[in-house]
Amino acid sequence: MAYSDKVIDHYNNPRNVGQMDKSSDEVGTGLVGAPECGDVMRLQIRVNPETQVIEEAKFKTFGCGSAIASSSLATEWVKGKTVSEALEIKNTDIVKELALPPVKIHCSVLAEDAIRAAIGDWKKKNGVGETEAVAVAAH
Amino acid sequence: MSTIESPVTVPAGVTLPIYMDNHATSPMDPRVLEAMLPYFSQKFGNAASRNHSFGWEAEQAVENAREQIAKLIGATAREIIFTSGATESDNLAIKGIAEMYKERGNHIITQVTEHKAVLDTCKRLEKYGYRVTYLPVKADGLIDMEDLRRAIDDKTILVSIMFANNEIGTVQPVAEIGKLCHEKGVIFHSDGVQALGKIPIDVNAMNIDVLSLTAHKLYGPKGVGALYVRRRNPRVQISALNDGGGHERGMRSGTLNVPGIVGFGKACEIAGQEMAAEAARLQKMRDYLRNKLESALDYVEVNGSWEHRLPGNLNMSFVYVEGESLLMGINDVAVSSGSACTSATLEPSYVLKALGLGDDVAHSSIRFGLGRFNTQAEVDYVADKVIGIVKKLRELSPLYEMVKEGIDLSKIEWAAH
Repeated sequence: MAYSDKVIDHYNNPRNVGQMDKSSDEVGTGLVGAPECGDVMRLQIRVNPETQVIEEAKFKTFGCGSAIASSSLATEWVKGKTVSEALEIKNTDIVKELALPPVKIHCSVLAEDAIRAAIGDWKKKNGVGETEAVAVAAH
Repeated sequence: MSTIESPVTVPAGVTLPIYMDNHATSPMDPRVLEAMLPYFSQKFGNAASRNHSFGWEAEQAVENAREQIAKLIGATAREIIFTSGATESDNLAIKGIAEMYKERGNHIITQVTEHKAVLDTCKRLEKYGYRVTYLPVKADGLIDMEDLRRAIDDKTILVSIMFANNEIGTVQPVAEIGKLCHEKGVIFHSDGVQALGKIPIDVNAMNIDVLSLTAHKLYGPKGVGALYVRRRNPRVQISALNDGGGHERGMRSGTLNVPGIVGFGKACEIAGQEMAAEAARLQKMRDYLRNKLESALDYVEVNGSWEHRLPGNLNMSFVYVEGESLLMGINDVAVSSGSACTSATLEPSYVLKALGLGDDVAHSSIRFGLGRFNTQAEVDYVADKVIGIVKKLRELSPLYEMVKEGIDLSKIEWAAH
């Protein structure tokens, strides 16, 4: 399978690898996927309680190169965005940016799920209204 | 920021990319190519042309190849039928026997880790009213002889069990199976593709009645295969799939691929002379590769029996690392993975699943297939490269981190998707 240059770049130089203290109130953690399916993503965000801006994002991913690239890209994109702005990131944006082939679209869906799950976790911890449904799409 | 690409020094004498996927296909031996070359444009005759020298020359070359192939498996030349490859051989054997012996019974026994050329052929026969038993395998990849004994009934006409598996290299107890089949009066077919020229085959000592073979796994050309069909004790008959000119004793009509057949014969002749030494050399390198990987990495598992295995096969799971991402990191080395992401179906290897491995372990598997042209320097390079990439990817793996922290992954409620 031929990978796009951007996928290869993220695979070779993944951005924001690591973990943050998931017990911190400022940190939201999303763990999505399943080992049996061949991909698990953990995406974490640290949100400024005053501004609701995501100041830091970290990820670790078990999965193919496209899954690694999708989650790496997701951490780059959420950083500097407010929580509600980050929720506007769509998997189709990730597909476009990384030029993912159809067989790898599920990787982008998983990355979107990871963002939503991390924000959902942060909202839950901080009692932020669930006006924006945090849906983990079944796929 | 971490970087995944780990620069591993390329040793002297090693040219990239390295081919270590010899179960898929093998490079042609230059000696085979040399033997074939005259049969394209100089000696181009049709082996079925009976009345001129072009035909005689081609026929003689074909008969010589038949002898060479027969010799490698302890058969006689008249028992070798040429085909286009092992998929055709498997189809011809199973469908041809099912058709020929349908008055005697409608039951076929095979096992779950067969190649799709056998499994899908059996599935098709089920649609036509045949009954097929798919024996399970044990955790080591081998069938249980008691399961086979119990499965045989008075309607059983055929047992089809592969000699050696293409993914995990495990070698089935073929001689025991053959003995049982002959006791019960059941025809024994085996897919011998991976075993031919790698380990000894003796169709008489092993009581094999029908054996599928192909040239391109033993350093011969693609597009040519053969079917051994026993002529004595018992004489096995096969209904043809192709109607036509009645070539190959009526079992397989179609003009013979003379250059391919010549190459197949030469490949068998070389294998007969070099197999023992080559097997010892490959096994030594294969064992070295395993030891090197195991001493540098934790959570690695060998899949399938270690004892009953082809000398050039190593199938290992690097748990908590997904196979396709591992292949991506070693893109100058050609190997295969059982990961779903590398398959057309997005399902992990059915062979590994049949051993009882979890999908997560199957997703992490790599098949190394060492062959005639691999060197020790290449093995060292591949090992270093794999070790480097597995370590880097585990730094990226949430699963590896969780396991290291003592978390039981089976207790987590995963959001399956």
